[in-house]
Amino acid sequence: MDAWILTLVTFFPIVGVIVLLFLPKERETAMRWTALLTAVITFVLSLIMLAGFESSDPDLQMVVRLTWFSIGDLHIEYFLGVDGLSILLVLLTTFLMVLALLSTWTAIVDRVREFMIFFLLLEVGLVGVFLGMDLFLFYVFWEFTLVPMYFLIGVWGGERRMYAAIKFFLYTMAGSILMLLAIIWLGLDGGTFSIPDLIKAQAIPANLQFWLFLAFAAAFAIKVPMWPFHSWLPDAHVEAPTAASVILAGVLLKMGTYGFLRFNLGIFPQASVRLAPWIALFAVIGILYGAAVAYAQKDVKKLVAYASISHLGFVMLGLFALNLQGLQGGILQMINHGLSTGALFLIVGMLYERRRTREMDAFGGLWKVMPIYAGLTLIVTLSSMGLPGLNGFVGEFTILLGSFGSIAIGSEGFAILAAVGVILAAVYMLYMFQKLFLGPLDNEKNKRLPDLNRRELLTLVPIVILIFWIGLYPRPFFGLTEASVEKVVQLVSSAAMAMR
Amino acid sequence: MSPSDLLPALPFIIVSVWAILLLLFDLFISNKGITAILAAAGVAAALVAVIARLGSYQVAFNGMIVADSFSDYLQIVILATALLGIAVAYDYLRRMNMERGEYYTLMLFTVSGMLLMSLAGDLILVFLAIELLSLPLYVLSGFARPEKSSEEAAMKYFILGAFSSAFLVYGIALIFGSTGTTNMAGVAQSIAGDQADPTLMIIAVPMLLVGLGFKVAAVPFHMWTPDVYEGAPSAAVAFMSVGAKVAGFAALLRIFVAALPELAPAWGPVVIAVSAATMIWGNVAAIAQSNIKRMLAYSSIAHAGYILMALAAASDPTVADKAVSAALFYLFAYLFSNLGAWAVVLAMERSKGGGLRIEDYAGLGRRRPALALAMAIFMLSLIGVPPTAGFIGKFLVFGVTIEAGLIGLAIVGVVTTLISAYYYLRVVVMMYMRTGEPESRSEGWLNRTVGLTALATFLLGVLPGPILILAGSSGFITP
Repeated sequence: MDAWILTLVTFFPIVGVIVLLFLPKERETAMRWTALLTAVITFVLSLIMLAGFESSDPDLQMVVRLTWFSIGDLHIEYFLGVDGLSILLVLLTTFLMVLALLSTWTAIVDRVREFMIFFLLLEVGLVGVFLGMDLFLFYVFWEFTLVPMYFLIGVWGGERRMYAAIKFFLYTMAGSILMLLAIIWLGLDGGTFSIPDLIKAQAIPANLQFWLFLAFAAAFAIKVPMWPFHSWLPDAHVEAPTAASVILAGVLLKMGTYGFLRFNLGIFPQASVRLAPWIALFAVIGILYGAAVAYAQKDVKKLVAYASISHLGFVMLGLFALNLQGLQGGILQMINHGLSTGALFLIVGMLYERRRTREMDAFGGLWKVMPIYAGLTLIVTLSSMGLPGLNGFVGEFTILLGSFGSIAIGSEGFAILAAVGVILAAVYMLYMFQKLFLGPLDNEKNKRLPDLNRRELLTLVPIVILIFWIGLYPRPFFGLTEASVEKVVQLVSSAAMAMR
Repeated sequence: MSPSDLLPALPFIIVSVWAILLLLFDLFISNKGITAILAAAGVAAALVAVIARLGSYQVAFNGMIVADSFSDYLQIVILATALLGIAVAYDYLRRMNMERGEYYTLMLFTVSGMLLMSLAGDLILVFLAIELLSLPLYVLSGFARPEKSSEEAAMKYFILGAFSSAFLVYGIALIFGSTGTTNMAGVAQSIAGDQADPTLMIIAVPMLLVGLGFKVAAVPFHMWTPDVYEGAPSAAVAFMSVGAKVAGFAALLRIFVAALPELAPAWGPVVIAVSAATMIWGNVAAIAQSNIKRMLAYSSIAHAGYILMALAAASDPTVADKAVSAALFYLFAYLFSNLGAWAVVLAMERSKGGGLRIEDYAGLGRRRPALALAMAIFMLSLIGVPPTAGFIGKFLVFGVTIEAGLIGLAIVGVVTTLISAYYYLRVVVMMYMRTGEPESRSEGWLNRTVGLTALATFLLGVLPGPILILAGSSGFITP
């Protein structure tokens, strides 16, 4: 079982795709159930993976390693493995997929079969990105995720969907093809595409590390997205259907931060140390910029999109603090952001389904008509702000702790500015909450809005449980990542020593 | 000449003899479908002959013909192209009222020229082959007569083609003058032994590049491509956009890598420049096209640029073998993605040039889900998105370019790839994201070709192993 569980987690959704292909056209409910069931089984499979995971082991586990094909004497491998850096992200993906599919039940009525197929294919790509341990294989999954997401935005999106879809595709591809060149260079130079082998070898001279770091960073920074490469994100988010937004914000953006963590820190530690202050600078600009622009939005979805840019700035700041707290906090914050922002997009989607608008001015006083909805939204909003006792606080606090004491970043100023970002987050999140739920219920159209139904409750409650769990008892989550993170920290600090 | 000389050239002999016989038989066949089947049978027989001799190395006719794994590989590609070319032509010709038996015999003649090209070990034979493959192609371009655009295409193609042939033959003559031989192995020896006159070579080599650059549609010798592709019958274009390119590259690779390796420092930079210019201009000009045939024409120019990248990398003797293998794999990937895309164009085309605008594809995703899915796969493969054949092809080509140290050229390659994503995706946008009532044909052989090429494009992207091994062992060109 150990040897095949990762393959199963990655490719099980294909089973669902095949079933979907053969379902008769008019059986749309059956299609929804097939997709949901597939996602649930994939989630269960990922839990089995978790059960077999040994958290004290810093190395890759449950490894599958076969030769896929060879180019001359260069072997491309089918190489999957999971460690503390990726396990939480895999779980996040399989978990959010289930909820995102639940949210499509009444929202997607057009071309249901195609939607479900693209959604399941997206899951294959995303899980593959986190588990692929051969650079070539990783790149195949990485680029492949573009295709289903492109269709999800372009076919089922809002009014400017075509523009948003093409922009998303071209923008993210621009970064990733530079990474492709760097990948080829690494493979030719090291004679292998195996990521752990390349990390172990540490054979790249410092001046070359700098350029290769930048080539990889081009792909990842666009994906995260880091300021100033963020302009595709608001377009893509606003136009994408709810379920795609949830996955886009919840998981797809994490591909970028994960990439920095796995590749830039691992393969180019010297360049990472050298560039850490710059990354921190861009991260802090992103935190403040995202927060400021979020406050200025009238469309709730856009507000959440810009808030994402701000939150991911925190993740980047934590990662490039290059110490244990920073990295641990960064990883946990990826999960937190996936949960809170995923939930926020679900919440916005529920509102949009009822009223066909997302303008905040159209709402107000919703607390009176939809108390359950309002209550859950409040929890998610507070989590996103970083209220103590909820998950966001744990992540942001750890990141600030890490960046405050970081030698690599070199200045406490970044942490102080980031702390200002936390305050700004409270401002725009509460502003949003106030606009939607408080004040007088003066719009006639809002007076008869139904509260959440059972299916909608089922999509939000699991996230809320996790929000409390991580907020009150984060130990198990830190425990999963600790050993692997320590290994990365050691690697980076020995590189820093070598540079002195 | 001894009887054993015939064996290495057997595929070529089968196709050319069969073409002559079919020309006669056709007079007595009233159902032209039978002519098509007979033509396909001849091609299939040649394919069997190639596969039967796979892996052996033979020289025949005093070095005129060289049958090695390189020529085997290319002959497989050419014959596969021919089979698919016949399959897409069958219904199309009938529908467009130009079903005449000569179409298939002309195709067989041009195929025999292409086969000869891949076998040629002598520059004279290269010239013979290029004429043998070109003349029927000129006629095929004008096959839709009395359609004005088709006649114009044929005329343009013929005049410019004849012009470029003159360059080629002049270059060959100068090489003969310089080295005293036209045999490629002899030329290589002569240059290696410092017996060649360098001044003549400096004029001769660019002339070869002009003549063959025209065939593969490299910038700045590409001008004919959009007009010919637009005017000629689409079925003929589907076939020749792959076939002529494969043959052109067969000659380019063999001449430059096997006969002129010693001059690589001289031709390397020129090929780099031509490759970069071809990628840039092909992709940029494709953006502006609204007619799908013209767009695919510029796309085919762009792809010539990517294959030329491999030739540029081959100027580094340490990576020459790998570079040739990369080009060979790329041609295979290009065969399926490009011919598949053209097959979809054929399915959408109506008489009098209708259905050829990219807007005409609006709504195809709903009307013909399978056809649209196939077209999406072809477009993604032409961009080079995994997991498709096009991605592996580009990966290999970029790989050898980097290995040869041509980082600048590789960057031009990826940037133009990004540009290409824009216009290829526009077709996908039309099919899936716009609404419309597209008219399309559903014809047996056309559907089968689309299905087969789409499947091959995908499979070659997921399991490229066997073809990679074949291409890898075919990279060692022997003069």
